[in-house]
Amino acid sequence: MQVSVYRYDPDKDAAPYMQDFDIELPAGKDLMVLDLLALLKERDETVSYRRSCREGVCGSDGVSMNGKNGLACITPVSEVAKGGKLTIKPLPGLPVIRDLVVDMEQFYAQYRKIEPYLINNEVPPTRERLQSPAEREKLDGLYECILCACCSTACPSFWWNPDKFIGPAGLLQAYRFLADSRDTATEERLANLDDPFSVFRCRGIMNCVNVCPKGLNPTRAIGHIRNMLLKRAV
Amino acid sequence: MVTQVTSFSRNGLSDFIVQRATAYILAAYTVFLVGYLLIQGEMVYADWQMLFSHTWMQIFTMLALVSTCAHAWIGMWTIGTDYIREHYFGQSANGYRLIYQVICILTLASYLFWGVKILWGN
Ligand code: SF4
Ligand code: SF4
Ligand code: FES
Repeated sequence: MQVSVYRYDPDKDAAPYMQDFDIELPAGKDLMVLDLLALLKERDETVSYRRSCREGVCGSDGVSMNGKNGLACITPVSEVAKGGKLTIKPLPGLPVIRDLVVDMEQFYAQYRKIEPYLINNEVPPTRERLQSPAEREKLDGLYECILCACCSTACPSFWWNPDKFIGPAGLLQAYRFLADSRDTATEERLANLDDPFSVFRCRGIMNCVNVCPKGLNPTRAIGHIRNMLLKRAV
Repeated sequence: MVTQVTSFSRNGLSDFIVQRATAYILAAYTVFLVGYLLIQGEMVYADWQMLFSHTWMQIFTMLALVSTCAHAWIGMWTIGTDYIREHYFGQSANGYRLIYQVICILTLASYLFWGVKILWGN
């Protein structure tokens, strides 16, 4: 199996380059791409990537595999390799710190902007803020996001204006709090989103939906936000 | 830096609404014209003259023209702020974008005035 990996160490390399490895895959087993990266590291210990949970929970090992973003730990090699070849690159659009490790600051900055926490200025009840099962259900498909950035870094609008367009991940979370019956800041949240960039840069390309390893649908959430903005305006 | 000052309304939502509304007007105008041509078959100068002599047709056409301008400006502005940025063009990006926007505005304004002249000129 031929694996081509993006290499770049800003301290040493003048420019990024691709390094090729020939890897013998163990017979009768379908490795995950993360296991493959571990095999590469045995060959060349300077190959750098991020990972932690190795089971699709922490969101730290988002990479581009043969051009498609995903989590290396839950992506079988057989699913992404084509003709015995696999190219692994860092998530597109973010600055590279080293090899497959990207600087996620732009992504987090957008996440911070949407105030990703419950805002409720009413006097707290003695025990907890209750939700009906129906109200709780509205958060399904929203709260599961692990902030892996696979979606936002697959989104052309985020590549073009990463400082102004919130991006699919941030907007999914924005809607998660707009949809929460316990949150009382709906008006402020919407007021922060109606400029020409934050939400309206989404062109409905649906790359985000296509890559989300959790099967979430940011495009739909963005549609809901747009409808809320419309309702608020008329 | 890319900012929103040159956008159509400086508000994403109203840009969005304007773009959708004008799209419907343009679609209606296109469907009407194509349908009319199909029904009428071959048209000579007098037929065109006749069609455009109706006040409703003149209003409809003006609506379509103004819609074209608003619709195109919002779209072209978006494209310009997507692609003409420091990231690709360095320090001069703002200058290039301004030139691009001026060209767009001049073109659209020309369409508008030209259309008015065709409709009401002699
Ligand atoms: S649907 Fe919107 S957010 Fe998702 S990839 Fe496309 S432009 Fe980006
Ligand atoms: S929406 Fe999906 S792809 Fe995007 S950050 Fe969340 S889990 Fe990752
Ligand atoms: S290592 Fe945690 S999601 Fe892949």
